[in-house]
Amino acid sequence: MTEQVVRILGASGSGLSAAERAEIEAEMRHYPDPRAASIEALKIVQQHRGWVSDESVRAVAELLGITAADVDGVATFYNLIYRHPVGRHVIKVCDSIACHLTGYDEVRDALYATLGVVHGGTTADGRFTLLPICCLGACDRGPCLLIDDDLHGPVDPAAVAALLDAYP
Amino acid sequence: MSLRSHADPDYQRPLTRLIDAAAGPLELRGYEAEGGYGALRKAVRELTPADVQTIVKDSNLRGRGGAGFPTGVKWGLMPMGPDAGAKYVLGNADEMEPGTFKDRLLMEQAPHQLIEAMCVAGYGLQATAGYIFLRGEYVDAAARLNHALAEARAEGYVGRNVLGSPWSFELYVHTGAGRYICGEETALINSLEGRRAIPRARPPYPQIAGAWGRPTVVNNVETLANVPHIVQNGAQWFRDLGADRSSDGGTKLYGCSGRVVRPGCWELPIGTTAREILEDHAGGMRNGRPPKAWLPGGASTDFLLAQHLDLAMDYATIGNAGSRLGTGLMTVVADDQSMVAACRNLEEFFARESCGFCTPCRDGLPWTVKILREFEAGRGTRADLELLHKFTQWLGPGRTFCLHAPGAMEPLQSALKYFRAEFEAGLAPAG
Repeated sequence: MTEQVVRILGASGSGLSAAERAEIEAEMRHYPDPRAASIEALKIVQQHRGWVSDESVRAVAELLGITAADVDGVATFYNLIYRHPVGRHVIKVCDSIACHLTGYDEVRDALYATLGVVHGGTTADGRFTLLPICCLGACDRGPCLLIDDDLHGPVDPAAVAALLDAYP
Repeated sequence: MSLRSHADPDYQRPLTRLIDAAAGPLELRGYEAEGGYGALRKAVRELTPADVQTIVKDSNLRGRGGAGFPTGVKWGLMPMGPDAGAKYVLGNADEMEPGTFKDRLLMEQAPHQLIEAMCVAGYGLQATAGYIFLRGEYVDAAARLNHALAEARAEGYVGRNVLGSPWSFELYVHTGAGRYICGEETALINSLEGRRAIPRARPPYPQIAGAWGRPTVVNNVETLANVPHIVQNGAQWFRDLGADRSSDGGTKLYGCSGRVVRPGCWELPIGTTAREILEDHAGGMRNGRPPKAWLPGGASTDFLLAQHLDLAMDYATIGNAGSRLGTGLMTVVADDQSMVAACRNLEEFFARESCGFCTPCRDGLPWTVKILREFEAGRGTRADLELLHKFTQWLGPGRTFCLHAPGAMEPLQSALKYFRAEFEAGLAPAG
């Protein structure tokens, strides 16, 4: 099958799993309008699949009773929703002012050198995706970063490689 | 995160008194043993909603999220009465102002305080439901708030007929998926509704037509956290806190970051001077470098200078000095750090976080960044320097749909005013 046919038939990861559907429906009950669950729905899909595909956008739209364009408008607006596949671990490096003043540039350069990718990139082995992120609310620990949900800081640029070792 | 000041003076810290970061947040029973949910009990059993609103108004509590708007006035626009229908109170927990790390502390270490605050505010406003709009990255805060919320619901503080009264109140934790603009209250409402976080036109104000077109009040986490204490102890008690330093009343979660010895966040009497925060609490600058400039409360506040450090950190004093108190968490630039680079960093942030709805912001901010990068590389031109000055007007108040771009211009206009020589040093040799 061509990729296009796969997309139309939804043969790869089409629809929503029973677990995804149940979690999204639970969120929908928190609001007077199901549309309000759209961001949470995308986060649930991403939790299960790692990213949000076109098929998932359509499936979420159908469940919420809104258009796929509306859902994609939301998915592409919010930076914590990934519309492309990402690595097994996502590194989000704070590049706001407090971290800028405490050594963001050195941490970024160390990550670039260690990973061999720049912001927006995923390592060839699919292990890490590197992204910049705005202030993480941990300015007392700058320069700081998130790996998945774990906050690290202050990060020593010389110890970046060792830090990454904990995320196989 | 250290809470007590280094000197540990004897002052009241209502918002952080129960916080012991090493021990973790208090569970329901521990919170109740310290008087927790007493304000909700008092409000629901002894006070009318109008009484609660009057106490908050008389306290002179002002918004701690950055704008400083009087909370009682904000609440006073909410339609009241038995026919008001569905109404909402929203906790703005989308803490994303660069340099700000206070609401994280309150939510991670005192989740029940925020749950109680949402309930007391909900009662005072006769809201039918509340949402805590929490930024997506604060996963620990989300877990602790949801745990506390489940405990509160099981105890009858949240849900149908709160504490056996006729008033019912549902409360939810809503987590976001990024974007600084969600902190703007009408953008927050759009995001809560599951839309792109683009600000809405005002009027109508959210109190008239907010979430799902219903009357809605949006308050910052720290603002809300004050409410139970004010209801419990009275408006006069609040106004007396810090009265020897400022007429604002209350305490403030202040903080300090940048190259300082002990970066941190401390609850201090409002009106504490910037110098006390920097030197007594944060231990001064690292390596003995003098401070050159500082943002009083986030990326969208004007830079002040070392000569302003003795000013009281309250709304009027910092305003009169040409800046804004903002969130009250200072970011300090050392004398050997570049103001051009600092501005470039700040404007990169604002450019990336623009929602893209209006042209001056969407196109003007990336243009600003492009010019600043040229100056940082020593390739600036006189024409571009004048353009930066013009941008501070063209992207200023009244020219854009919301305050995102005007906020972005605050640090830039002050840096151009105070540090013009640093910008001129970035001119190309031929320029």
